[in-house]
Amino acid sequence: MPIDIYAEEIVSHYEHPHNKGEITDASVSQHNYNPVCGDEMTMYLMINDGIVSDVKFKGVGCAISMATASMLTDFIKGKTLKEIEGMGINTIIDLIGIDPGPARLKCATLSLRTLKEAVFVYEHKEVDRATKEL
Amino acid sequence: MSIEANSIKQDFPIFKIKMNGKPLTYLDSTATSQRPNQVIDAVDAYYKEYNANIHRGIYQISERASEAYDESKRKVAKFINAESMQEIIYLRNATEALNLVALAWGDANISKGDHILISEMEHHSNIVPWIVLAKKKEAVLDYIKLDAKKAKLDMGSLKEQLEKRPKIVSVTHASNVLGTINNVREITKMAHGKGAVVLIDGAQSAPHMEVDVGDIDCDFYAFSGHKMLAPTGIGVLYGKEAILDKMEPLLTGGEMIKSVEHHAYSWNDLPWKFEAGTSNISGGIGLGAAVDYLSSLGMHNVREHEKQITRYALEKLSKINGVTVYGPDINDMDERGGVISFAIEGIHPHDVSQIFDSEGIAIRSGHHCAMPLVTKTLAQPALSRMSFYIYNNESDVDKAIEAINKAKKIFKIA
Ligand SMILES: Cc1ncc(COP(=O)(O)O)c(C=O)c1O
Repeated sequence: MPIDIYAEEIVSHYEHPHNKGEITDASVSQHNYNPVCGDEMTMYLMINDGIVSDVKFKGVGCAISMATASMLTDFIKGKTLKEIEGMGINTIIDLIGIDPGPARLKCATLSLRTLKEAVFVYEHKEVDRATKEL
Repeated sequence: MSIEANSIKQDFPIFKIKMNGKPLTYLDSTATSQRPNQVIDAVDAYYKEYNANIHRGIYQISERASEAYDESKRKVAKFINAESMQEIIYLRNATEALNLVALAWGDANISKGDHILISEMEHHSNIVPWIVLAKKKEAVLDYIKLDAKKAKLDMGSLKEQLEKRPKIVSVTHASNVLGTINNVREITKMAHGKGAVVLIDGAQSAPHMEVDVGDIDCDFYAFSGHKMLAPTGIGVLYGKEAILDKMEPLLTGGEMIKSVEHHAYSWNDLPWKFEAGTSNISGGIGLGAAVDYLSSLGMHNVREHEKQITRYALEKLSKINGVTVYGPDINDMDERGGVISFAIEGIHPHDVSQIFDSEGIAIRSGHHCAMPLVTKTLAQPALSRMSFYIYNNESDVDKAIEAINKAKKIFKIA
């Protein structure tokens, strides 16, 4: 596993995460827990006309999970729910600019999984297999 | 004789590899040990020179395989000072051994309202089988409290819990998170005094110190081969002959049976009664070779060696800002094994592991299969852990310390 996973940008997002906090009147919120590492995350989404107008997250975890949450929440503002449903591991790899490798995959995808689950819950849909396998 | 880790390393071919371009520094023997040529060769020789099933073949290589397998049991019996090989049951690992007691002994002896006593220091393998048994039997599962400050079992709590007259007390000899070595002799004595059967989880003690089940006087003792140089897939349940005699087997079929008629059977003698089907023959032979290897070093020396490295590491760690070490104090080395769980303020244990990995150092991060201990009692989401064995030395510790400093630099922690 390459050490440059701790590139300046990731460490900086970890230390100063964007969109950290809570939306009290969120359209939907979703909690997730990774029992293997003990990482925990809650996502709050504000949704207007099928578009994410605001997002915040709360959680504890490693630099990879927290930095990806920070980057991902920046990225999805203004995106449609449809676009979010289509996101996968490649979205994360593109965002952080590196393949996190098998050992850290779950850390890197925790925020995306939580986000997608929130969207499915909001739409009263079953969580699809691709999301469960993230 | 003292242990020369550098020359011991020569026996372990894995140390010729590189991890991320760096020589391998292996600090995760608590999870599984590495294996020396002596063990690998013993397994290899079985497959290449006398591969045959055991106990039934009247031909030379089968007799040789049977003899090697049985001999390994005699070696293990001697290693933990059991009375005889009748008391040595081979299973897959410590987990299976603990489960066998819960499922076979527990099923016959635990009834509604009975108490089962374990501790807050246990590995999942010594928790879950008891939760399941308690649920099934409507029994009550109690916990001996941990004195978190001293990282030791609270003996007052043990005394209190024993007043509930538990049918069985099952505790770990050495903690895989805190490194704490419990006084299992005293615990056994107290538990026996209240009429309980005693099971000791020896997964972290058998590999690292002299174990004398006669002196401890426990009724059962469970451990894994793979944590003590042997192959994976071979583990041991020691049980006192008198108690094993009365116990019903869990699995039935070939090998564990003496005679079978259409509607009747009689169990085989100990220890075979508990080993249904073809055994892990190569694993047993490998375990025998591992016991030879450790015995030639001397378990007293193994323990002293680990004490020395652990003390060295604790001293070094105490000088680094922002590092918290869990487990008994450095002045308490008699009750502390070679396991150091630690946390670096501001860096998640997973990130610590990954930075170690980039330096070729294997450590473990997480809840170490002891979630109640780590997340509840110690209130940490996860911990990093380094652990030592015969092939480790002070220079491995130095590399770990450098890696910690590197991690702090990456995360800009002063
Ligand atoms: C204290 C303790 N008990 C039980 C076990 C389970 O061992 P195994 O996975 O070999 O069955 C372990 C392994 O980590 C352990 O440390």
